[in-house]
Amino acid sequence: MTDLIRYTAAETAAAIATGEVSAAEVTQAHLDRIDAVDKKVNAFLHVDTEGALAAARAVDAKRAKGEELGPLAGVPLALKDVFTTKGVPTTCGSKILEGWIPPYDATLTSRLKDAGVVILGKTNMDEFAMGSSTENSAYGATGNPWDLSRIPGGSGGGSAAALAAFEAPLAIGTDTGGSIRQPGAVTGTVGVKPTYGSVSRYGLVAFSSSLDQGGPCARTVLDAALLHEAIAGYDPMDSTSINAPVPAVVEAAKLRDVRGMRIGVVKEFAGEGYQAGVMQRFNESVELLRELGAEVVEVSCPSFTLALPAYYLIAPSEASSNLARFDAMRYGLRVGDDGTRSAEDVTALTREAGFGPEVKRRIILGTYALSSGYYDAYYGSAQKVRTLISRDFDAAFAGVDVLISPTTPTTAFPIGERADDPMAMYLADLCTIPSNLAGNAAMSLPCGLAPEDNLPVGLQIIAPAMADDRLYRVGGAVEAALNDKWGHPLLEEAPAL
Amino acid sequence: MSVENLVPYEEALASYDPVMGLEVHVELGTKTKMFCGCSTELGAEPNTQTCPTCLGLPGSLPVVNAIGVESAIKIGLALNCEIAEWCRFARKNYFYPDMPKNFQTSQYDEPIAFNGYLDVQLEDGETFRVEIERAHMEEDTGKSSHVGGATGRIHGATHSLLDYNRAGIPLIEIVTKPIEGAGSRAPEVAKAYVAELRELIKALGVSEARMDKGQMRCDVNLSLRPNGTEKFGTRSETKNVNSLRSVERAARFEIQRHAALLNDGRTVVQETRHFHEDNGTTTSGRIKDNAEDYRYFPEPDLVPIAPSREWVEELRAGLPELPRVRRARLQAEWDLSDKDMQSVLNAGAVEPIQLTIAAGAPADQARKWWMGELARRANETGTDLAEQPITPVQVARVCTLVAEGKLNDKLARQVIEAVLAGEGEPDAVVEQRGLAVVSDDSALGAAVDQAIAENEAIAAKIRDGKVAAVGALVGAVMKATRGQADAARVKDLILERLGVQA
Repeated sequence: MTDLIRYTAAETAAAIATGEVSAAEVTQAHLDRIDAVDKKVNAFLHVDTEGALAAARAVDAKRAKGEELGPLAGVPLALKDVFTTKGVPTTCGSKILEGWIPPYDATLTSRLKDAGVVILGKTNMDEFAMGSSTENSAYGATGNPWDLSRIPGGSGGGSAAALAAFEAPLAIGTDTGGSIRQPGAVTGTVGVKPTYGSVSRYGLVAFSSSLDQGGPCARTVLDAALLHEAIAGYDPMDSTSINAPVPAVVEAAKLRDVRGMRIGVVKEFAGEGYQAGVMQRFNESVELLRELGAEVVEVSCPSFTLALPAYYLIAPSEASSNLARFDAMRYGLRVGDDGTRSAEDVTALTREAGFGPEVKRRIILGTYALSSGYYDAYYGSAQKVRTLISRDFDAAFAGVDVLISPTTPTTAFPIGERADDPMAMYLADLCTIPSNLAGNAAMSLPCGLAPEDNLPVGLQIIAPAMADDRLYRVGGAVEAALNDKWGHPLLEEAPAL
Repeated sequence: MSVENLVPYEEALASYDPVMGLEVHVELGTKTKMFCGCSTELGAEPNTQTCPTCLGLPGSLPVVNAIGVESAIKIGLALNCEIAEWCRFARKNYFYPDMPKNFQTSQYDEPIAFNGYLDVQLEDGETFRVEIERAHMEEDTGKSSHVGGATGRIHGATHSLLDYNRAGIPLIEIVTKPIEGAGSRAPEVAKAYVAELRELIKALGVSEARMDKGQMRCDVNLSLRPNGTEKFGTRSETKNVNSLRSVERAARFEIQRHAALLNDGRTVVQETRHFHEDNGTTTSGRIKDNAEDYRYFPEPDLVPIAPSREWVEELRAGLPELPRVRRARLQAEWDLSDKDMQSVLNAGAVEPIQLTIAAGAPADQARKWWMGELARRANETGTDLAEQPITPVQVARVCTLVAEGKLNDKLARQVIEAVLAGEGEPDAVVEQRGLAVVSDDSALGAAVDQAIAENEAIAAKIRDGKVAAVGALVGAVMKATRGQADAARVKDLILERLGVQA
């Protein structure tokens, strides 16, 4: 039965649909795996054993009655603890939400439930999704299954680690500046940031509203595509949701043919700060794409060098406002309410105790950037940079179908190494941030291990908004070619836990 | 500052020129809130009309109420504003426990409507143009009640209760440009502006605009500058002035208070002030120094609003008759002189009279009651005419009873008083009090015969042609029937009995 945890999501769904195995058995196998390894990995903040088994039994009952099952029915999933789940705790990795039980499901949560996906529990993350290592969680760091002393990326480190540790075949992340793709890259898994507006944000606890985007995490490109189709689509509850058909990503993932595609290598994503082994695997991927029949050209996006500073003005500005609601009045932590203090004092004491240092840093930064007299210089300028970056993308996409780059400049770094150096930490998102600022679609998939440390390297593919299918077409082809070359998926090289 | 230290009003105006800015918040009468589907019904149990969005729960998102936008555009059009081709919501960031998200979703530098005006009519009939800076959309906050303190204010309270039913109810904030040149009439202009705006909002059907229910709230910003100078003085912002009379009184008080400070060589502090209905004074609220910074930025959870020109024109074409036009029409229909119409306006009687006519009463009768009996009573009790405990339909019924000869003028008065006293519908009062005119000619005939018999000398004079003497006999009959007879009919009967032509 241990094999069940190594099935892909597509294989799992097929096995359940044919009756080879029950959804309850699959779920139990994963719960057992979590039991066995999660003390070491710390991917989960909350495991919903009862809820997961009940959902699995419901799928089995449906099958017994001969009802049609969806393409992911009965497949277990690890949900980032930033989506609300009715009746199940949602903390966003923060002390300030400790004990909060949301009274409502996020749209994404409802869609998963409707698809028969079994939600195993909620995964660890940097507090309010602010970070690139999951070290900013108030509930302890998560280990990278390739090397537990190293970070699994962030903010969605819990979701990526759960996949790499075979605790779940599917996971959900959110990507504000790279929080799906960078964890995917450093754990040897697949992560996709769909086009902004294609996956509903209703019920996604906001970090930076204009950048946040939920998306699929999986061990294979096809699994990611199946999950993508399950969660994407118009939602009237989210005003920024795009009312248009979801691109045919599953079909694209199965195509495995890049002949005739034009692919651009972003010149600016190389040079100082990029690990040699990362560049080596990336350059091999470029060659591979040529061999597969794609035309690869170099493109320049000069404004991308401004993306990081612009991001660190826009995201904290929005966060400073989004996080203002955590005031101890209606839910979550309340500190100092002893009957003698004013509401203002209780709010201040609660925020002091409930927010971690990185969250406070960004609230202060954002409050400053929005303040009267500084708005134009900071928030205003950052928005102009955003426009320039979008124009660079537009110009590039006029000549190529997709852009590629390394997902992150380095492989997983040791836990604690950059914890006291915010600037070094921020550099982990150098290549991922432009897509958030422009709102387009991007994927990270494994392209090998860096020779110097034997840790996974991620290949990033970027497509224009609402052309998410191109990610899956290129990603599916690269994945198939690499698996052929290696003789097995990369994750099989990960050490046993 | 106590009332005794104030500079007398006329004296203040002799030295200073008031400049006002009026900010009016109107709660729209939409069925649902501005950004979620919760009901806006007043009077529900606390926190029963809430959802994740209006409670600001983590993860919730707003969706714009299309009727709210439509109402805002209608108000803008009626105020002769330009309507933005493209505008956004903005977040106004500040902390307050009754504000669920600790930011208010509002509009900042891109209001939906801007650059308009409203012509208001003063009590002497003169027209004053108030320029409108902008009208923008926003959401209301929840309501705090402070428990344990003496005055219901937060100071001294042991704890506070929060009701979020009101949180998210759509508001339109209408801001005037600085109102200059009103001079000593500034308080009157303020009152007339708010009154006209209220009429306008009601005519548009976008809100009931009841000030007593908080559906319309006014902030009076006021500053003084020495006569003949241009530069504005420091302003005070008197918040939540919630009746027409209070708007006038608050402006008047602030003029006197500012003048006293300036005369003493002191400076006016920029602050918010609370108005006190009981004594017409204001007291200091919150100091507004430069530290106040709302850190506005465009609301990223909402997409911009771009009302098409076709839609705006459609709304413009569908605007109802606006109050000024309507008043002119009614004046013609009711056949009133300018002076009489102005009295009707000043008494706040247009609406009651119109409704009474609509309920079937003749115009002159409707006006007679509302401008007479009822206006007197409103005046005596210091209440609004429209708030008297009698409805236009009831007044119209009384008029009908008179027209049908079932009541005479004196009885009608008694019926009105009884309705005001809470004795029920006019017909019920007539029934219970036995107030119907005695119209049965045989019963009346007996009373007439008796009166003639008892006053033979007068009867003789009448027979001799002194018809004017009939009044005495009519009086006798009326007395005998305890006023329940129709006097005209009585007169006819007497003359008939005595064989005299009227």
